[in-house]
Amino acid sequence: MKLKNVTQAAGFLFLRICVTAAILALVVILADIVTKGIGVISWEFLTTMPKNGMTQGGILPAIVGTFLVTVITALLAIPLGMGCAIYLNEYASDTKLTRLIRMSIRNLSGVPSIVYGLFGVILFVQLMNLGTCVLSAGMTLGLMTLPWTITASEEALKNVPRSYREGALALGATKWQTIRTNVLPYAIPGMLTGTILGLSRAAGETAPILFTGAAFYLPFLPKSLFSQFMALPYHLYVMSTQHHAISKVRPIAYGTALVLITMVFAMNLVAVIARYRLRKIKME
Amino acid sequence: MKNAKINVSKFNFYYGDSRVLKDITIDIPENRVTGIIGPSGCGKSTFLRSLNRMNDVILGSRAEGSVMLDGRDIYGRDVDVAGLRRKVGMVFQKSNPFPKSVFENVAYGLRIDGIKDKYFIEERVERSLRDAALWSEVKDRLRDNAFELSGGQQQRLCIARALAIEPEILLMDEPASALDPTATLKIEELIQELKKKYTIIIVTHNMQQAARVSDLTAFFMLGELVEYDITSIIFTKPSKKLTEDYITGRFG
Repeated sequence: MKLKNVTQAAGFLFLRICVTAAILALVVILADIVTKGIGVISWEFLTTMPKNGMTQGGILPAIVGTFLVTVITALLAIPLGMGCAIYLNEYASDTKLTRLIRMSIRNLSGVPSIVYGLFGVILFVQLMNLGTCVLSAGMTLGLMTLPWTITASEEALKNVPRSYREGALALGATKWQTIRTNVLPYAIPGMLTGTILGLSRAAGETAPILFTGAAFYLPFLPKSLFSQFMALPYHLYVMSTQHHAISKVRPIAYGTALVLITMVFAMNLVAVIARYRLRKIKME
Repeated sequence: MKNAKINVSKFNFYYGDSRVLKDITIDIPENRVTGIIGPSGCGKSTFLRSLNRMNDVILGSRAEGSVMLDGRDIYGRDVDVAGLRRKVGMVFQKSNPFPKSVFENVAYGLRIDGIKDKYFIEERVERSLRDAALWSEVKDRLRDNAFELSGGQQQRLCIARALAIEPEILLMDEPASALDPTATLKIEELIQELKKKYTIIIVTHNMQQAARVSDLTAFFMLGELVEYDITSIIFTKPSKKLTEDYITGRFG
């Protein structure tokens, strides 16, 4: 008896240490960024162009650039990803080929982002001749997000009980009617959550946009989808490693990091709220 | 048989390589309750699900032989399966209301049929709930979520949902197996009421239930139809030794 309790206490202690260590690391990083970044944040910082070789001024073009690119990413990844998941989970039969496809999709989510970046250069920038621009970068990030969207959406579809499908079919619904009226409404909260998490990850990526459209320094907003743009993660990279006066622009780098983290956090928050809301609606 | 609604002949069903229904030949009469009994795994549920082609969704399954409904083979080439299922309704073993309101559950079959007329839907929902002996209990709770009903009410809701699209046949797969005795009794009374309008085929694990509710009883075992006769004969003077052993509880 005694030994059993000691073992249990030791086990709990070990688990507690794991949790504390993980949380501590996050808290330290967040605290560092917030304390050093908050002083830089002002209305001017958020709404003006960078000036004097990026040593002064704001980060407006980077905010707008990241926003635009994320919209393109969503437009590509959401419909394609959900459609693909619906096909794989509801229509495709379980053959060697579909299993191979599914495995490939899982593996694609582990491919380093720089590989997507180089692929985007070849496909969008060169082959499709779009040039380095918002569209190329957004679509590259879209491709990178696809495996995440597909996997999350498939999981969400799998979680809808079989009895909902059978019940609808038994009432004379066609397969598509069943999916549309009695499967998708219950899967969409899960699909959306996975997708938004994928998008927020894409919004913070540097490598895929590095060669496909992000610019080092552009003190104006992108004029169209075919313009180059500044982006928060790339701007952060530039400010912390590439700038000629790194120590001088350090506060701007911290401010940029804080804005980026806040944007990603806000997107995740939207995912949580959307899931909560949709859960309630579907019950009515 | 006279007035046969369904004629099944030489019907075989396979899951992959295993043959789960063997040369089933049976005529099912109109406006009667036909009970199907047999030990677990005897193919009785598979047989029931063959009658509205719910087995179609199972990958690698295959049917042979014919199932004639009003003289037309439901496994024929140009059969509209969704249309068939509107004609042959089904109530499942585990009640499966949709996570919608009571009203929307019953209206579901009408809505997917493209019916938009609000008054028509309201009237049909009420009639179906009355026919399922549920109206008085839920008439003030039509907007409540169906999950808030009790287990027995949920199963009667599923019956009402099936009735709303006016099927001709009602398949019931152990509809009371998850319910308490009071709720079971209600379902059994309901079946007696429903057989005036519908042809009912009920699979049951419970032999007393088969004896109580069905006019005819079919005994299945290991994928074969062992015996099929008027219920009182099956339960008092079965012609096969196997049937007698089963109904007297020597196995099963």
